[in-house]
Amino acid sequence: MTTLQPPVAARRRPAPAGVRKSRRSWTAWGFIGPFAAVFTLVFLAPVGYSVYLSLFRDRLIGGTAFVGLDNYQQALQDGQFWSSLARVSVFLAVQVPIMLGLALLVALALDSGRLYGKDFFRIAIFLPYAVPAVVATLMWGFMYGTRFGLVGDIEDTFGVPLPDPLSPDLVLASIGNIVTWEFVGYNMLIFYSALRVIPHSLYEAAEIDGAGQIRVVTAIKLPAIRGALVIATIFSVIGSFQLFNEPSILRNLAPNAITTDYTPNFYTYSLSFSGQQHNYSATVAIVMALITMVIAYVVQLRGMRKGA
Amino acid sequence: MSSPATTAFRPTPRPAGDPPPSAPRLCTPRRHTAGRRPRRSVLLTVLTGLVLLYALVPLLWLAVSATKTQEGLAGSSGLWFGGDFALWDNISTTFTYNDGVFTRWLLNTLLYVGLGAGGATFLAVLGGYALAKFDFPGKRAVFAVVIGAVAVPGTALAVPTFLMFSGMGLTDTPWAVVIPSLISPFGLYLMWVFATEAIPTELMEAARIDGAGEVRTFFQVGLPLLAPGIVTVLLFTMVATWNNYFLPLIMLKDPDWFPLTLGLNSWNAQAATAGGEAVFNLVITGSLITVLPLIAAFLLLQKYWQSGLAAGSVKE
Repeated sequence: MTTLQPPVAARRRPAPAGVRKSRRSWTAWGFIGPFAAVFTLVFLAPVGYSVYLSLFRDRLIGGTAFVGLDNYQQALQDGQFWSSLARVSVFLAVQVPIMLGLALLVALALDSGRLYGKDFFRIAIFLPYAVPAVVATLMWGFMYGTRFGLVGDIEDTFGVPLPDPLSPDLVLASIGNIVTWEFVGYNMLIFYSALRVIPHSLYEAAEIDGAGQIRVVTAIKLPAIRGALVIATIFSVIGSFQLFNEPSILRNLAPNAITTDYTPNFYTYSLSFSGQQHNYSATVAIVMALITMVIAYVVQLRGMRKGA
Repeated sequence: MSSPATTAFRPTPRPAGDPPPSAPRLCTPRRHTAGRRPRRSVLLTVLTGLVLLYALVPLLWLAVSATKTQEGLAGSSGLWFGGDFALWDNISTTFTYNDGVFTRWLLNTLLYVGLGAGGATFLAVLGGYALAKFDFPGKRAVFAVVIGAVAVPGTALAVPTFLMFSGMGLTDTPWAVVIPSLISPFGLYLMWVFATEAIPTELMEAARIDGAGEVRTFFQVGLPLLAPGIVTVLLFTMVATWNNYFLPLIMLKDPDWFPLTLGLNSWNAQAATAGGEAVFNLVITGSLITVLPLIAAFLLLQKYWQSGLAAGSVKE
């Protein structure tokens, strides 16, 4: 599937004299070859092996046996799998719009030229991206705590009891907050980079036509960065479906709220490394990969069609 | 919408004698200076300031908490210093605790980042250059396969990769972490877009006419022009490798080979195990030490990576 477009210039700019048309040769494989070789080893081979594994099953008696699509049938009827998928779907529906919306607002604010200290804002809001998920989760996990966290501080200062962010009801929202914190600046930067290459002449034309700020945003800026918005959405969808680090690390602090099948990724991990069910784990992972790819593809199609 | 964006980074041909452009020209003609400058807005600054607080308060909490003893952590407000200032103590204890295992983790991380991120960047630069500047059999297939791979979840690969590496005897060795880190589809894509813009084909032609081979053309013509893109890709692969948790979690059992992320988590988990010593002050100080190098790298190199990223921003 193609979630990204080839570089625009490569497709549309008339080829400059020389190379592109005339010399179609194998020379370039000398350059791309090393990437292709390692890629084959760490991407293609495991995918193939995964498919192979998913067709077999370990039996107590008689060792490994070919079972065809039985594992897939099992996955489709697996309540644990579906409930974990439902959980990340809720996460996706709530967290991704909040994160991307916030990122977009900040990017538009930066691009408007109306901020004091713009450069400081840009770099400071981006910084959480450099923080490892492990550290971000530990940090927020401590802050969520009532013992020496900020939640405890607020309770002590104002004398009001607050709901526990690590309780089963709230822990998904708490994870959403961590993920938002980690990636809001990264997405902001993607949007901002796309915004700053819009030609200024368009704004001047809009101004002459009497368009206000809001109109400029909706009629020029948003359509111009649609590509970036679609890409960010696709990456966020993939990220939500792959959720693993934050829940697995937070589990130390909230073992009752986070189960080992909390997300599909966590479930496959547990199946494989605690349960030793490699074959079934590979099957669940493949089903999840297919679902992810279908949804990413739909997002891309919808995102692109709007502009047509 | 495409042409203005693409011409914006196109290095303009220069008269001989001018210094060669070290970066595609991105920032110089700032568009707002052309017309009237929009008025600054206090309200907008304050509103954006809220997001700024959201981003920075946890980092402030981390820095402040790293100055406290374990007792101080429980007994004082999270956002201001307690009576005890134990930062130096905490730092030295972090590095010496448990026979200095943290130092070992730091060195491991540096090793993984050096080989993994360095190698990933090198492969991405070579590949991106090939995709941008050559027409070759299989080019479309390379594109489709690499981009499709981005959507494959980590665990779909993790289990079979683990089993494969296990079969090859590579698990529990640094190679199990380094080899999968060598591939960065995002890096390849970014280099491709960047090289398309940054290297004028005429310049490569000229080098060939002068008798330079492909390798020499790449190193002497291509590489210098790609510098901002390379810095960008290097930073992002560095973050990916430095922050990686899932891959080492699967591949490594021996704490001697842990990177910082895995080590910190094991210190944190230790409090929950029977008879384990709680070392929250060390977890926090160690976290601060883990975060600082990357933040420093981003701040020091921001000019380069931001221009590199702007060129890679996706246009429609």
